[in-house]
Amino acid sequence: MPKTALLKESERIMRICNACRYCEGYCGVFPAMMQRKSFPDVDLVYLANLCHGCRACHYACQYAPPHEFDVNLPQTLAALRTQSYRDYAWPKPLARAFDRNGLVVALISVLVTTLVMLLTYVVQDAGVLFATHSGAGAFYQIMPHRVMVIPSAGIFLFALLALTIGFTRFLRDTGVRVHQLLNPRTMWRAATDAAQLKFLTGGGDGCNYPNERFSHLPRWYHHGMMYGFLLCVAATSVATFYHYGLGWEAPYPFASWPVVLGTVGGIGILVGTGGLLWLKMQSDPEPRDRQSTGMDVAFLALLLLTSLTGLLLLVARETPAMGVLLAIHFGVVLALFLALPYSKFVHAGYRFAALIKYARERRAVPGKIELSSDY
Amino acid sequence: MIDTSHIYDVLIIGGGNAALCAAITARREGATVLLLEHAPRTLRGGNSRHTRNLRYTHKQANDFLTGPYLEEEFWQDLSRVTAGKTDEALARYMIRESEDMLDWALNNGVRFQPPLSGTLSLARTNAFFLGGGKALMNAYYATAEQLGVEIEYHAQATDLRIQDARFTSAMVTQRGDACEVRANAVVVASGGFESNVSWLKQAWGDPAENFLIRGTSYNQGRMLRVLLDQGAKPVSEPDQCHAVAIDARAPRFDGGIVTRVDCVPFSIVVNKAAQRFYDEGEDIWPKRYAIWGRLVAQQPDQIAYALIDAKSQGLFMPTVFSPLQADSLRELAEKLKLDPDALENTVAAFNRSVKSDNFDPSVLDECATEDLDPPKTHWARALDTPPFYGYPLRPGITFTYLGVAVNAHAQVLMGNDEPSPNIYAAGEIMAGNILGQGYIAGIGMTIGSVFGRLAGQEAAHHAQNGAA
Ligand SMILES: Cc1cc2nc3c(=O)[nH]c(=O)nc-3n(C[C@H](O)[C@H](O)[C@H](O)COP(=O)(O)OP(=O)(O)OC[C@H]3O[C@@H](n4cnc5c(N)ncnc54)[C@H](O)[C@@H]3O)c2cc1C
Ligand code: SF4
Ligand code: SF4
Repeated sequence: MPKTALLKESERIMRICNACRYCEGYCGVFPAMMQRKSFPDVDLVYLANLCHGCRACHYACQYAPPHEFDVNLPQTLAALRTQSYRDYAWPKPLARAFDRNGLVVALISVLVTTLVMLLTYVVQDAGVLFATHSGAGAFYQIMPHRVMVIPSAGIFLFALLALTIGFTRFLRDTGVRVHQLLNPRTMWRAATDAAQLKFLTGGGDGCNYPNERFSHLPRWYHHGMMYGFLLCVAATSVATFYHYGLGWEAPYPFASWPVVLGTVGGIGILVGTGGLLWLKMQSDPEPRDRQSTGMDVAFLALLLLTSLTGLLLLVARETPAMGVLLAIHFGVVLALFLALPYSKFVHAGYRFAALIKYARERRAVPGKIELSSDY
Repeated sequence: MIDTSHIYDVLIIGGGNAALCAAITARREGATVLLLEHAPRTLRGGNSRHTRNLRYTHKQANDFLTGPYLEEEFWQDLSRVTAGKTDEALARYMIRESEDMLDWALNNGVRFQPPLSGTLSLARTNAFFLGGGKALMNAYYATAEQLGVEIEYHAQATDLRIQDARFTSAMVTQRGDACEVRANAVVVASGGFESNVSWLKQAWGDPAENFLIRGTSYNQGRMLRVLLDQGAKPVSEPDQCHAVAIDARAPRFDGGIVTRVDCVPFSIVVNKAAQRFYDEGEDIWPKRYAIWGRLVAQQPDQIAYALIDAKSQGLFMPTVFSPLQADSLRELAEKLKLDPDALENTVAAFNRSVKSDNFDPSVLDECATEDLDPPKTHWARALDTPPFYGYPLRPGITFTYLGVAVNAHAQVLMGNDEPSPNIYAAGEIMAGNILGQGYIAGIGMTIGSVFGRLAGQEAAHHAQNGAA
């Protein structure tokens, strides 16, 4: 990785922070920083991905602009994070999707959805498309099961491959070895830090997002989104099992597992992404990184659209609108799958990898006391 | 814009810890409060913005501190560093009153953290602000705003109208416009005069030109001057201050904590002539760092250089500026613009006098020089392992002690020792009552917090008891 201006700036700020350390209680970045004397590029990338962007350290910083030291840690680390998403993207030619990610993800969403709708319209007989269907297999009268599964599974597997390659490369560069992933204590620590979004708690009062006031809202919205997403993954898995294992065809009754999990998850995503977008609109521009913002907004919007169209489909599945809604929802889901490895979604993996590294470091190196003057 | 039609109950001059403690307390007592901060919002909070912790009395360990710290021990610590130059009654009063400071701060939005690193010596006595002093100030400002304290930034108090020791109004300049603000009582919490270089020069002479000011550039001492000129009784001396040796490359003002250089006990420190001038290893660093500002101030051109070799890297807090580095002493001397022969001689003499090799940075070890003047009494190791590193040092002024005398109601005493009925002072501007000289970590915030609250309360009572 060449020494970019961004890496230089990150190193400059880390040096200031490491001589200061006033923010050590906010998150993991500072304790991790304090174990270091110098900041090679890979360490900077690790720290950038460990940062949850809570902004507490910005409002607390006596060196923030207009101070001549011009310290803006959340902005710098956000920019470096986004750069690392590009650097670790696979395959290489697609990495450029991160350059103008907001636009790219928006285009993918619109194009894929439109394409699916057009194809459905062209292929499917209008009489069938706009009719009311009900009972098991109703969806497949609009779109044969195979037509849905083959492209989505294909794209999904590709996305999974791309994400895994990025994740493993990141782990390798940050110095985490495969056998360390089998250490239950490390993994438990990293998993609980991730599950609780511990480093969005800002040491107790929450983060400084969207502005200087402390708030737990961003964390709760993120929880809504994250757990909503996981519930939707669970819903899809159960449905897959029903289909192939038990031979039951969708749509499933309202009181079935796939529908309940999917509905709760969908609402979680809807509230979570909606809330995060709403906060983003009000967010203080000073600690913000513009490029990352486009990426964040595009992915939040795509996720929101996925859950919205899914919920609409659920509500209207016994009406003549079902055909069109199914096409739209299917299109959006395909777009989401396609965008995953080239969107903000990748942060889940890199963040988790950084938390694993952090969990290891904290265990391996006891806090070292250096000599310092008092205050 | 400042509302000049109104007569406020309490006017607070200043925008640091002492001022905010006063404003919040006065407002909670029901007074109408106007607070004037000279700095813009982005730089509000004076020196308090740069702080890390607060020393206060407590009977037992708690979430943030490892054990009790009782009045008597606090007093002993204070009386030792001030060598008796303190007002014992007032100091003991402050020490007792500091006891509920942590709870008060918590209730007003401040958050604390257990001391995590580098500060073992303070883990029992000092509570550390989560996020440091700027986070503390943000919390106090948010609370004050919520309570309805009127806050004006860019607002410098330039003069006070005082008749027969009674305050009637303050002259204020805000963004070039002058106005007069009336209030029934005033709390002056505008810091010391550390950023007023011409005043420093009166006390120190030309060397003050080479001083760096660690904190805000807004503590010009304007209110201190006005009060003294109008007959307030002074305490301490113009040249008494807290001063440390900081990196000479630090900005003139506001460099704050990161400019510290903590390698001195493991180094040799030479002046411009490449000569040593003081025992670098006299005592553990937390007990000695605060004398080095003065020591460097006494050297020619107020500059010195702390030199270490590769063996000592990593034993002290990382520095914000990279040291100058060289593979030989001659080369280092050239980089530091010192006479290479003189430096080689100084180091050779030092290295010859080094005897023991039982080096232990965690205790007062036995590595002392023999037959060397000045000696280095601990951690003396030969400088012989390249690369060699040099940190240029200058005096860094933290804050000045010359102030106005106050009584146990935080009222300013006039020349005849009579208190003013409605002028109160808190923080650096009266720190000299407690600190005639010397310093113990975290007491700057004790002074501002306790006297700030006291002044706010007394001023509110005075204003409300039909004082007009
Ligand atoms: C780098 C550094 C670290 C420190 N760390 C600690 C620590 O950890 N613990 C500790 O106890 N102490 C520490 N101190 C000392 C501590 O900062 C001071 O003792 C304390 O902040 C003083 O509070 P104050 O409210 O009196 O003054 P300040 O916080 O300096 O506030 C003075 C205020 O008055 C304003 N002002 C000045 N003149 C006028 C005017 N004419 N009109 C209107 N406003 C005016 C200024 O803008 C400023 O807001 C540190 C100091 C420095 C420089
Ligand atoms: S962000 Fe600012 S206050 Fe926080 S550790 Fe870094 S330099 Fe210090
Ligand atoms: S923005 Fe938050 S998570 Fe990131 S470094 Fe600052 S305090 Fe830590």
